[in-house]
Amino acid sequence: MESVKHSASNTLEVLGIGVEVDGRALLQGVNFVLKPGEVVSVLGPNGAGKSTLMKVISGERKPTRGQVLLNGRTDWPLNHQALMLGVLPQSSSLSFPFTAEEVVLLGRIPCSSDHEENRAIVRAALEKVDGLHLKERHYTTLSGGERQRVHMARVLAQIWDECVHGQRYLLLDEPTSALDPAHQQLTLKMARQEADQGMGVMVIMHDLNLAARYSDRIVILKNGRMAAEGSPHQVLTPHIIRQVFDIDVSVSNHPAYDCPLVVNH
Amino acid sequence: MSRNQQGVILLVVLACLLPVVMIISIGIGPVAIPASEILTILFDRLGFGSSVMNDQSALIVESIRLPRTLLGLIVGGSLAVAGASMQGLFRNPLADPSIIGVASGAALGAGIAIVLGGVLFAGMPSLLQSYSVSILAFGGGVITTWLVYKMGTGSNGTSVATMLLAGVAINALAGAGMGMLNYIADETMLRNLTFWQMGSLGGATWELVLICASLLVPVVLFLGRYGLVLNALLLGESEARHLGIDVQKVKLQLIFLTALAVGVSVSVSGIIGFVGLVVPHLIRLAVGPDHRILLPASAMLGGMLLLGADMVSRTIVAPAELPIGIVTALMGAPFFLSLLWQQRKRIA
Repeated sequence: MESVKHSASNTLEVLGIGVEVDGRALLQGVNFVLKPGEVVSVLGPNGAGKSTLMKVISGERKPTRGQVLLNGRTDWPLNHQALMLGVLPQSSSLSFPFTAEEVVLLGRIPCSSDHEENRAIVRAALEKVDGLHLKERHYTTLSGGERQRVHMARVLAQIWDECVHGQRYLLLDEPTSALDPAHQQLTLKMARQEADQGMGVMVIMHDLNLAARYSDRIVILKNGRMAAEGSPHQVLTPHIIRQVFDIDVSVSNHPAYDCPLVVNH
Repeated sequence: MSRNQQGVILLVVLACLLPVVMIISIGIGPVAIPASEILTILFDRLGFGSSVMNDQSALIVESIRLPRTLLGLIVGGSLAVAGASMQGLFRNPLADPSIIGVASGAALGAGIAIVLGGVLFAGMPSLLQSYSVSILAFGGGVITTWLVYKMGTGSNGTSVATMLLAGVAINALAGAGMGMLNYIADETMLRNLTFWQMGSLGGATWELVLICASLLVPVVLFLGRYGLVLNALLLGESEARHLGIDVQKVKLQLIFLTALAVGVSVSVSGIIGFVGLVVPHLIRLAVGPDHRILLPASAMLGGMLLLGADMVSRTIVAPAELPIGIVTALMGAPFFLSLLWQQRKRIA
């Protein structure tokens, strides 16, 4: 990644974000940069402000203070932003009997490709999340984990093509919460691959070891503030984990990979 | 065969059936007119060759059955498209245009015109007087929709759930107003009120058909362009926004267009329930929820279904007429219940 040079504006910059609701601060002074090619994990206890941060970055929620620069601009038209920023929310409700394929096809709405091309992309996106066999199934009959993977494919299909307006970013809010261990691995491996091919990926999650294994950097939020930021080795220490999550852990080196391994006491 | 292809086939089938149903609708009545004669009359009026015709049949077709058939087609199509749009916007397959108060507001407006019109419209031009019921019904529908929309809109955009609750309250309020009007109405007014609320296409004149068509045809065509947007909205409002759709703007447009469609329909034909609920459901059962198919298919099936209901209402107690709202409710309510029954089984 070091070899890839990006101009200053080709990043997703979160600058001094603060969000207040009825005088209560949900987020305060959150600063970080997501560069193309990186996976940044956002960790933190429940109510730390992770999902609020995601909503601010995706433009769904206006921050009280600060701004988010997407490839150097705050004011992209929505249809341009949709080509650069794919957002997977925690849960999506869909009570109409679309097939899985049709759901993924909805991701192609902002794109200007023809039907045949769209179908090929939908197929490839479903393949990436190990969901090709779900293609003809009705969404309403899928399990929680299968639905999560279908939505993941939808978001992938949305930012599938290189975008003339700038680099592409993938924001994932707990993409593994409903998945079995094999599909958790698969999803994060896929996020890693997308990053290696030039996307910037931000993942909110709870599993410290998955974050350690697949992230370049980790941002930890607590009570709406940044409690720590850095590489997995820098951030996942017994001291910080105790401070933020209030649990005692041992941290050693992963036997197979160059990352920390967190073991609960 | 993919559902997309099935959808296209359905559209073609419906488009072929449409003229057939229209011819049947024109032919049925106290004086039965055979299809060949109807076609001859229609071609003649369109300026193609003139043959010997039965003058009586021509008169019936031209001044009674044809405007009534066209009105039924337009009103039925508009109600069905408005229903499909509402269901998409509210992300609820059981939503009906009446839940946001258009119908009850329109009924209150019509009620005011029927009971108090003599006082309110005294001294006004006769054209205004003769359409006072339609004008006030439309006004009532638009005002209630606007109220419900305003109630549901805060600094964070429009909350669909709040709109639903406000719709319930406004329906109750309009119901109370109707009760008051019933209380002060005399015998004739009471009868008019009751009949208006049960709906009828009997008031069809060419004038009315033209007014309706000039308002409703553009509205339906406009709504037809929201297919992709409605598909995206089914995922949720924030998801639709992430897909690049200006959700707040399209929500306002959709509410305005559906209110217009329902308001105009109700103002010319009275309250006709269940078309907006049942028609989109039938289409979804056949070809799935894709609005690019659903909207045009609903428009055609809605028109045909209302023509069917009108034929029943005209013939079943001939020479009298059964109000069409009774017919659609008799057909629609059991259908609605069977849907609930199926859902109940799915939950259990």
